[in-house]
Amino acid sequence: MHRLIRPLTLLLLLFAVLPTASAQTELGGLIDALSTGKLKQRSGQIEAIAATGDARAVPALQALREGDLYFRKSDKKVFITQKDGKDFRLIDPLSGELAGTETKKALSKVKTNNRLRRQIDDVIGALTLLSEDPQTRIAAAATIFKTADPASLETLEAAIAQESDAEVLAAMQRARAAIVLKTDAPDSDKIEAIERLSSDGGREALPLLTAMAARSEGAVAAAAQQAVAKAERTAALWDTGQTIWYGISLGSVLLLAAIGLAVTFGVMGVINMAHGEMVMLGAYTTFVVQELIRANMPGLFDYSLAIALPLAFLVSGACGFALERGVIRFLYGRPLETLLATWGVSLILQQAIRTIFGPTNQEVGNPTWMSGAYELGGLTFTANRLWIVVFAMIVFSALFVVLKKTAFGLQMRAVTQNRKMASSMGIRTPWVDALTFALGSGIAGIAGVALSQIANVSPNLGQNYIIDSFMVVVFGGVGNLWGTLIGAMSLGIANKFLEPYAGAVLAKILILILIILFIQKRPKGLFALKGRAVEA
Amino acid sequence: MISSFVFRALDRRARGVIAILLAVALLVPLANLGLPSDHPLHVPNYTVGLVGKYLTYALLALALDLVWGYCGILSLGHGAFFALGGYAMGMYLMRQIGSRGVYGDPVLPDFMVFLNWQELPWFWLGFDQFWFAAIMILAVPGLLAFAFGWFAFRSRVTGVYLSIITQAMTYALLLAFFRNEMGFGGNNGLTDFKDILGANIQADTTRAALFSASAIALALAFLICSGIVRSKFGMVLVAVRDAESRSRFFGYRVENVKLFVFVVSAMMAGVAGALYVPQVGIINPGEFAPANSIEIVIWTAVGGRGTLVGPIIGAVLVNAGKSVFTAAFPEFWLFALGALFVAVTLFLPKGIVGAWSAATARLKRQKAKPPVDAAASPEAAE
Repeated sequence: MHRLIRPLTLLLLLFAVLPTASAQTELGGLIDALSTGKLKQRSGQIEAIAATGDARAVPALQALREGDLYFRKSDKKVFITQKDGKDFRLIDPLSGELAGTETKKALSKVKTNNRLRRQIDDVIGALTLLSEDPQTRIAAAATIFKTADPASLETLEAAIAQESDAEVLAAMQRARAAIVLKTDAPDSDKIEAIERLSSDGGREALPLLTAMAARSEGAVAAAAQQAVAKAERTAALWDTGQTIWYGISLGSVLLLAAIGLAVTFGVMGVINMAHGEMVMLGAYTTFVVQELIRANMPGLFDYSLAIALPLAFLVSGACGFALERGVIRFLYGRPLETLLATWGVSLILQQAIRTIFGPTNQEVGNPTWMSGAYELGGLTFTANRLWIVVFAMIVFSALFVVLKKTAFGLQMRAVTQNRKMASSMGIRTPWVDALTFALGSGIAGIAGVALSQIANVSPNLGQNYIIDSFMVVVFGGVGNLWGTLIGAMSLGIANKFLEPYAGAVLAKILILILIILFIQKRPKGLFALKGRAVEA
Repeated sequence: MISSFVFRALDRRARGVIAILLAVALLVPLANLGLPSDHPLHVPNYTVGLVGKYLTYALLALALDLVWGYCGILSLGHGAFFALGGYAMGMYLMRQIGSRGVYGDPVLPDFMVFLNWQELPWFWLGFDQFWFAAIMILAVPGLLAFAFGWFAFRSRVTGVYLSIITQAMTYALLLAFFRNEMGFGGNNGLTDFKDILGANIQADTTRAALFSASAIALALAFLICSGIVRSKFGMVLVAVRDAESRSRFFGYRVENVKLFVFVVSAMMAGVAGALYVPQVGIINPGEFAPANSIEIVIWTAVGGRGTLVGPIIGAVLVNAGKSVFTAAFPEFWLFALGALFVAVTLFLPKGIVGAWSAATARLKRQKAKPPVDAAASPEAAE
């Protein structure tokens, strides 16, 4: 039966490009024929539909697959149905037009089973190979690549013969190569198929090649083994790339959390234990902004983060300013006491947020432009991570410009290097301190906006990041933004590289131990400020 | 030599503190066990347990004060030494359960049976003997402090940097002990203890004995600390705190001084943990949390660092406050604790004891000179 139909299929495929009136009635007849006969005959009926090679049969087949295909008992005409209350809306399977409604009693379902569903998948794959839309054709080729059913080979070859789009053609060639490996084609064909799969088969080709290497012998096996080795090398390379990307992504998060801390620590020599809470305030600002937008102007939701950014900067910055003016300036020259006092402030801020918003996680939504993912070769980038990396770089550059190109930045650097001398030159060091603290805290707030997109927004948000931020700062060294950048990135990447071997928790422990050891070697971090002080 | 050490340790105030502690160690258990429960001086079991816990906290605060108050090393990881001592004691207590556990395995603790472990890991061996556990209570925190201090002090990591890496140390241990694979009960820690030294751990007499042991341990630690800070070595300690480089240029081996006192302090913290665990009946990785270690610092700061009585007063007061507050207004405890951190650093840099000494000194001066004179004196005019 198969053998007889195949040449016919090829012939009909050519017709399918220009659907004729006769083809339409013929196809309609074939679809209506589904209402007759028993389940056993269904396979032949589907085969006949497939033989037309007409892509317009696809909706009907899909409906059959999903169990939405019914026929009217009165005239045995087949329809795609949609439920409408108690009744069914009837849709013409070919034209897609509404053809009235019927009660459930007047209809009968076209039955199907799992074996038929698999057959339908294949048929749909073959039929959609000739679709107008290149994306549909690529999807069809991908389906055939996965099933690699030798029965689809001839359809596929016919499709390849008339394909002009290079991308689609490549996908079809891949699918063809996958099928060829399963047939008893001559060795030269197989080797050619193996080469094609190994050159652009991607990750999915690896199991096929491995199976081939195990199954065959002689030249084919050698070629397959070579291809497997090559594919594994490529996969390992992509994996490394992906790990580096994850590391950069984690590093960006660390950078965002730590960079404000580096600024305040660099200038004032004080570790601000409430820094994590400034991050948390930024995240909660985002939450409040989103709630207000949801309640009042839902259309603006996609801009919620843009609105939250300046607000978070102001809220956290104001808090930082108040903290410096209210507490820290009384504790100059006593860094350890400052550490304790700011810890106290962090407890108060945490409890305040817990009292106002409750101890549970708050739901912060992702705007549409932050969801989804992009693929590049074997790499996957999720949109939110991508944006956070971009955002971290922007914040870093902006801060860099502020420090290097503005008068305030100049004063800040002067105070960092030599407070007394700066003061003698007329710089109002107390103001520089207060503004620096506000700036550092404001940046923490901005970081909170970014973290609200990937972390749980809860009163403990800051606590989860504070120790990591410390590690970045002491590792990178103070008074140097590049140190913070390199510190954050190397910790992020090292962490992600250790994770596959050691597990997430052990990787973190190892990193902590490495940093403790590193500090012994370079007590002032990677990029220490050079100075003459005996005790800094 | 030892006698001179003890003699110098026992100045008037130290004698008073030690006498009070020994009296507490004797009288509270007596009042708890000996007096009928309706007697006005009867101490209920609940109070014995609570105050016993405070005494171990006081010992921990005293240990921290020795390094922070007298040597200027602000350790934000002393909770780790406390927890390690506690785990050593907990492992002994786990081994004492024997076949009375839920799974009835004569050797393996319940959580190991639960994880399908076949035999005891090597580091659990020997913990069925009390003497071995007692050595470990001192040795494990001591060794960790030695290794950590050896590296840190030799490479002259000081100030904020040292504080941060001590915090990293306890954080790393926290993460490590949370892992089930470590073999310390993971998340749940060690609990469900039955016996200590053959006595039922729930019995009133055992609890009273543990209370006495805590008070006596605190008195002993006080004696040792007092001896250290009043010896010549104690002078060097203070010199290192106030002018590290100058002491180094005088020829003192600053790193060795620091290392010695850090190790002694860690061992004391370990003992505190070991006494804490049987009284509260559980030890879990939460004790390693960095926040706990910072809380120890605030006890010391409230009481007054650089004095030996201060941390004891601070630990008892803050924890009593915590017990009252968390029962009465659970919402506000963190507000109160946070405010305490800020207020003490801003207004009471020397703590309660420091403020008290300053106030009494001022009173004495005023008594010594008539107020009219004081106003006219050149000092006042300056």
